[in-house]
Amino acid sequence: MSHELSHLDALEAEAIHIMREVAAELERPVLLFSGGKDSIVLLRLAEKAFRPARFPFPVMHVDTGHNFPEVIAFRDRLIEEIGERLIVASVQESIDKGRVVEERGPRASRNRLQTVTLLDAIEQHGFDAAFGGARRDEERARAKERIFSFRDDFGQWDPKAQRPELWQLYNGRVRKGEHVRVFPISNWTELDVWQYIERERLELPPIYFAHEREVFARDGMLYAASEFVELMEGEQVFTETVRYRTVGDMTCTGAVASTAVTLETVVAEIAATNITERGQTRADDRVTEAAMEDRKREGYF
Amino acid sequence: MSITHESNGHRSADQRIAETELLRFATAGSVDDGKSTLIGRLLHDAKSILADQLAHVKETSERRGDGELNLALLTDGLRAEREQGITIDVAYRSFQTDKRRFIIADCPGHEQYTRNMVTGASTADLALVLVDARNGLVRQSRRHAAISALLRTPHLVVAINKMDLVDYDQAVYDAIVADFKSWSAGLDFAEAMFIPISALKGDNVVEASANMPWYEGPTLLHHLETVEIAGDRNLDDWRFPVQWVIRPQNDERHHDYRGYAGQVAAGVLTPGAEVVVLPSGRSSRIAGIDTFDGPIAEAFPPQSVTLLLEDDLDISRGDLIARAGEANPPTVARELEAVVCWMSDTPLRAGGRYALKHTTRAVRAIVEAVDWHLDVETLERQGNDHGLALNEIGHVKLRLSGPLVFDPYTRNRETGSFILIDEATNDTVGAGLIATPEG
Repeated sequence: MSHELSHLDALEAEAIHIMREVAAELERPVLLFSGGKDSIVLLRLAEKAFRPARFPFPVMHVDTGHNFPEVIAFRDRLIEEIGERLIVASVQESIDKGRVVEERGPRASRNRLQTVTLLDAIEQHGFDAAFGGARRDEERARAKERIFSFRDDFGQWDPKAQRPELWQLYNGRVRKGEHVRVFPISNWTELDVWQYIERERLELPPIYFAHEREVFARDGMLYAASEFVELMEGEQVFTETVRYRTVGDMTCTGAVASTAVTLETVVAEIAATNITERGQTRADDRVTEAAMEDRKREGYF
Repeated sequence: MSITHESNGHRSADQRIAETELLRFATAGSVDDGKSTLIGRLLHDAKSILADQLAHVKETSERRGDGELNLALLTDGLRAEREQGITIDVAYRSFQTDKRRFIIADCPGHEQYTRNMVTGASTADLALVLVDARNGLVRQSRRHAAISALLRTPHLVVAINKMDLVDYDQAVYDAIVADFKSWSAGLDFAEAMFIPISALKGDNVVEASANMPWYEGPTLLHHLETVEIAGDRNLDDWRFPVQWVIRPQNDERHHDYRGYAGQVAAGVLTPGAEVVVLPSGRSSRIAGIDTFDGPIAEAFPPQSVTLLLEDDLDISRGDLIARAGEANPPTVARELEAVVCWMSDTPLRAGGRYALKHTTRAVRAIVEAVDWHLDVETLERQGNDHGLALNEIGHVKLRLSGPLVFDPYTRNRETGSFILIDEATNDTVGAGLIATPEG
């Protein structure tokens, strides 16, 4: 009998180990859930780590108010099905309370505002660890980030002062007010995530599969027409068959023209693609060369 | 190649994209030795760079006057690195071929060199040491090979780079290989491989070189895809550090469920076997091995599973489950000797107190003595009267606040390693390899 694991089994074993370390060593962890594929994988990994018991932490969604309605419906059904606790932190509430100011104009986005809502919620609930679904292959700054990523009491990441991470010995020690962001699928690629979803038969929000949608073209991407976006002069709404490769706000997540309606055909498209998921679908990373690094330093996901 | 395991019930027979084996390797080097170019070349020629990333690098190369395509830019991460043309921290990058899935630990060599190399080597199956063909073996390449040997990275590849700048001359290659072999005679590697390459031109990286017909070995990628790593793990001893106890509360169906969750550190664990729980020394039998996907017939490293025992013992995080009556039982002790790599600006000194994390157990440690430190290039021991400064590696004796259950690092990387944490700053300040006592 062979005693070698496949790469997905090895990555899964590593992620389960990481989740159990956090549960054992930190007082108040929380799992950040966006409704996207990476956080759906995180939920499955948490089931693998802690069943038949319930998760030793709640699940939290930072709701911008600009989410795809299909994703919110999916979120509520999935959390109900797995029988876990959901906390919703609302960007709209942060706006109403004057913690942040809504951007205006056709390029307005609530993406950056989420950071304040997230940090406020972490402080309010006294969380000292937050699981996220970020992966090192997503973006260049993330390739340098630790699996246990220390945040000071302002939520800031300091890339030059990271704790060395040796063997599988993670150091999650924090003082009051500080926390760690923990990324159990750091070493996974987009293709690993899709293969895992296929293998585990995980259900996804319907927007990941080809569907007809009213869209408009901007900066070479297709965006959903919605009440949250102002069109610029010359932009026309038309109907296209699209799917989403990542799930973020309706205002800043681009769609991909596609006819893939099954998991198998989506995975085949991902395996054959010649463009990165962020490059293809995220307006927020295009602003400057170091856009993600800047947002991460401020405390972004 | 699809490696599946029959006892994993969830594996579907009609998998469309094959699952492959995972190989982790570490590179180290300084700014000029071509490491970033080599990684960029591997990623590029293995078709792991997508069109938008490539367009970005092309645009940046042209803007900075680096020529058409500076492959080194593919691995730039942080703004300060791009601005200063340096690499600050270990970066982890993934790529995949039809044969294997790879994770590269890309370790900068110029600053914090020992800390970075030790970090990268600690999880690597293979060390890729770069040598500039024009300069031969320099401090940096010797240091990386020595640290890889110390950390027991099982496989070593010495890539002799920039062969294009020495006219692809076999004599240059032969001299470096001979020099390395005579220098490294005392180092312990399962296997070493020498490959002449040009990362810049692509010779012997992915494609075999037409410029070096005298070299008959594999290309670098071919070697990475085929080097045998299945035998690297310890499947003889049984080591299962208990990480988390699963006890479902308020659940009628699982009222009596008590599972010990953890990652197998060594051995092939099977139900029915007699086991001993350390440090208490109480024994029981494995009643079953549980996973979310159902029970499995055996568990081996690095699987994360849940053990069920026949007896209701008081077992908690930090305990270690081993096989009863083993030929090589783990040591249970309140003191240990270790080789420690120091990673903090504040030196380690005799009398110093630290938190120590070993497998899933945390204790406090007091440094009783610093016996010697190493010349990291030669691994020669040198007398020590100052403790360990940043980037120094030395032999220490530690006294512990409670018992640890451990093996020598040479026998098991997982149960033979620990980290030291400064309790004032919470920083990880030391990496320890447990040694067999010197008496």
